[in-house]
Amino acid sequence: MQPEEQTITLDGQKIPFQPGQTIMDAALAAKIYIPHLCYHPEFKPHGSCRLCTVMVNGRYESACTMPAAAGQEILNNTKELNENRRALTQMLFVEGNHICPGCPKTGNCQLQAVAYYVGMLSSHYQHFYPYRDLDPSHPDYVIDFNRCILCELCVRASRDVDKKNIFAISGRGIKAHLIINSPSGKLEDTDFAVGDKAAFVCPVGAILRKRTRYTTPIGERLYDQQSIRIVGDSQQLHAGATKYGRK
Amino acid sequence: MSTIDMTTIHTTVQEITHSYAYQATELVQMLWQVQEKLSYIPTAAIDSFAEILKLPRAYVAGVAGFYSFFHDSPRGQYDIYFSDNIIEHLQGKPQLMDYLLQKLKVEIGKPRADGRVTIDNTACIGMSDQGPAMLVNGYTVTQLTQAKLDKIAELIETQTPLSHWPTEFFQVQDNIQHKHILLGEPLEEGLAIRVMLARGTDATLAEIEKSGLRGCGGAGFKTATKWAFCRNTHADERYVVCNADEGEPGTFKDRVLLQSYADLVFEGMTVCARIIGAHQGFLYLRGEYRYLLQPLEAVLAKRREQGLLGEQILGNPNFSFDIKIHLGAGAYVCGAELALIESLEGKRGVPRNRPPFPVTQGYLNKPTVVNNVETFALAARIAVYGGDGFAALGTKQSKGTKLLSISGDCLRPGIYEFPFGVSVREVLEACGAQDTQAVQISGAAGTCLSAKEFDRKIAFEDVATGGSVMIFNRQRDLLEVVRNFAHFFVHESCGFCTPCRVGTSLLKNLVEKVYTGHGTADDLKDMSHISQILKTASHCGLGQTASNHIADTLKKFPEVYRKRLLVEADFEPAFDLDSALEEARQITGRRDELAYL
Ligand SMILES: Cc1cc2nc3c(=O)[nH]c(=O)nc-3n(C[C@H](O)[C@H](O)[C@H](O)COP(=O)(O)O)c2cc1C
Ligand code: SF4
Ligand code: SF4
Ligand code: FES
Repeated sequence: MQPEEQTITLDGQKIPFQPGQTIMDAALAAKIYIPHLCYHPEFKPHGSCRLCTVMVNGRYESACTMPAAAGQEILNNTKELNENRRALTQMLFVEGNHICPGCPKTGNCQLQAVAYYVGMLSSHYQHFYPYRDLDPSHPDYVIDFNRCILCELCVRASRDVDKKNIFAISGRGIKAHLIINSPSGKLEDTDFAVGDKAAFVCPVGAILRKRTRYTTPIGERLYDQQSIRIVGDSQQLHAGATKYGRK
Repeated sequence: MSTIDMTTIHTTVQEITHSYAYQATELVQMLWQVQEKLSYIPTAAIDSFAEILKLPRAYVAGVAGFYSFFHDSPRGQYDIYFSDNIIEHLQGKPQLMDYLLQKLKVEIGKPRADGRVTIDNTACIGMSDQGPAMLVNGYTVTQLTQAKLDKIAELIETQTPLSHWPTEFFQVQDNIQHKHILLGEPLEEGLAIRVMLARGTDATLAEIEKSGLRGCGGAGFKTATKWAFCRNTHADERYVVCNADEGEPGTFKDRVLLQSYADLVFEGMTVCARIIGAHQGFLYLRGEYRYLLQPLEAVLAKRREQGLLGEQILGNPNFSFDIKIHLGAGAYVCGAELALIESLEGKRGVPRNRPPFPVTQGYLNKPTVVNNVETFALAARIAVYGGDGFAALGTKQSKGTKLLSISGDCLRPGIYEFPFGVSVREVLEACGAQDTQAVQISGAAGTCLSAKEFDRKIAFEDVATGGSVMIFNRQRDLLEVVRNFAHFFVHESCGFCTPCRVGTSLLKNLVEKVYTGHGTADDLKDMSHISQILKTASHCGLGQTASNHIADTLKKFPEVYRKRLLVEADFEPAFDLDSALEEARQITGRRDELAYL
């Protein structure tokens, strides 16, 4: 006999899940979009951006870390949650220095795409305008710390997949920041390389491949064409990454 | 401070890592050792740790960079921190600090040119019943006055070692004002363990269950349930952790228990260890209580000698348990058990994701019981006297007694042990508080009560508390309180999640905007919305409670904000063009009329 299919209810719609899946995994499998930035299906869930906050049986939880369990009643696409997501996105914008028209990642950037999705028209909050450096030392990559949103995808990719531990976080609170694993703190003094997983996971324009940044014209890029709700992120970006010269 | 050469640093790190058996879980402890020897943690030390422990350099740097007591540049030979809690603010801390800064000619946070002294702020050091207080090279000095600071300045200028300072400077009072079952009769050492061994572990756990004891750290989880969960989780090893991080502003009851009732606390831990089957325990002692480290080590040594700790406890061949003290390094978030365990493992104190919970996967992913200091002390009492007496006290859902740390505007600050169910009004009367405007219960993260609510009761079902009670009379400006808490949370956010990392700073800036008379009605709306986002979207309890003080005061004391608003404007930009031009004026050296708006 087939075991009874396990389901959760997401905004009134019953969807199945496999044991071990999080709410985010189940939603993605059912092609339902829950806004997210630090989640990536290939890595251990992190739960830091909080964009995926949903309501599970009356409690707020992050969909990317919460295991799916039979019978959960989940609210995702509500006015309140989406307003909070807009505010969280605005917080990320004011925390760093995000000048989209001047950023090579524009059109391929998940932060920007999510901002479109949640209807963000301005950054609303007071900009922090932090002073942050640029690290152009590596022959193939440039890191612009001004755009880092601390999602730690590069940290996870380098640690868990590349086994290189090139990135880490130091500092605390609003002073938390990405650091690089070399005595000089420069990327050129690490073994970071073009084929690294960590070179392809950054959702924003913080880790950028040199000399390939304008091969696809602005206006023809991933999220210039379609909403992130439809095309999603990582998988498509990987396809995009190939197009921008991964091989 | 002379520069220390690389070989010396490397040798130092070699010795330290060796003495900790090269265990990466001891990284925070090892960093403490470096800092104590060199006054800071030089980059070369980070390199050496990485090399010797075979850890990524950035990992070590990330850990060192997390804790506020660790520094990457030299500190003064005398490193001073003034406790920056609101209670001490109201006791004159800002004036005293300015006085010492001027007297010693130092700037906040910067070592004096001759390397003699640094003066800085730190979050509440658990002395608000005897403040203003400060730490000097980690050691607590209480009841500061101008006269005391004159003397201290002299001792510093003459380079008198701390060991030659007047001992009364370092005296910390218990200030116990009201005793009940916990603080009453002293318990014969080892009695709880003996009674438990005679009664059996199952029956002892049943007594704790019967007592209704709930955790005293704030969340109020049933202690017996927690222990049973841990015991019933299949594993080859289990751990007991006593949470002595006591970082909530205004609380100091755990400090008193550790100072004068340490045996009771260790006894409770040992009873727990036997029940759940643990062989190793930890006391996570906040760095601010550095002065308690040696006395507590001495109590542990004494207990080992008495056969109450170590191998074959009280002659039982299969009962071994010992306790290690882990010293925190200045991080309020490490009181949250999911962060505490990370810190115990030698990592950054960023709270883990749950599930799994510590009772099934805690320290080193083994089942772990984490309880508050007071919880263990009560458990030891219950192990001796049984659960009935305890359960007879308190209310339906909150049994027994609670320790309150009372400070602020009252005649008799200190420790009060009351049965649960006591009303706020009774508490205020007991400590001699008059003309009270507001009471902040459970610290900066807690609830702000207005006079209308003073008949509410201290109990999990009404006003829950970890034990901090801060009293503000009608002369006080509550916006000062809000400001102080807003700064506290900016300083203490671990920075992991967006709402707390960014939201606490946004709130602080908005509070400052209102405080300086530039706020508008729109700013108050923003404050409410950000508060609600922190509460609902933050990863851990810190962020989820970091805006309570703002939400509470906006609701209960709106006039505190309103009287400062720019009445004519809905909106006033936070960006002030003229002050932004100041930087350009400084660079160009222009002071002519056209350089101003
Ligand atoms: C930000 C934060 C700080 C905390 N600080 C403490 C603390 O200093 N001491 C404590 O016992 N519990 C603290 N807690 C609660 C602990 O996470 C945990 O619930 C408690 O130690 C469990 O012990 P108990 O069941 O005996 O209360 C804190 C929680 C949070 C979210
Ligand atoms: S560099 Fe990119 S991937 Fe790495 S933490 Fe920052 S935003 Fe995330
Ligand atoms: S709420 Fe988030 S940022 Fe704040 S302390 Fe907890 S995990 Fe860290
Ligand atoms: S996607 Fe879930 S918290 Fe970032």
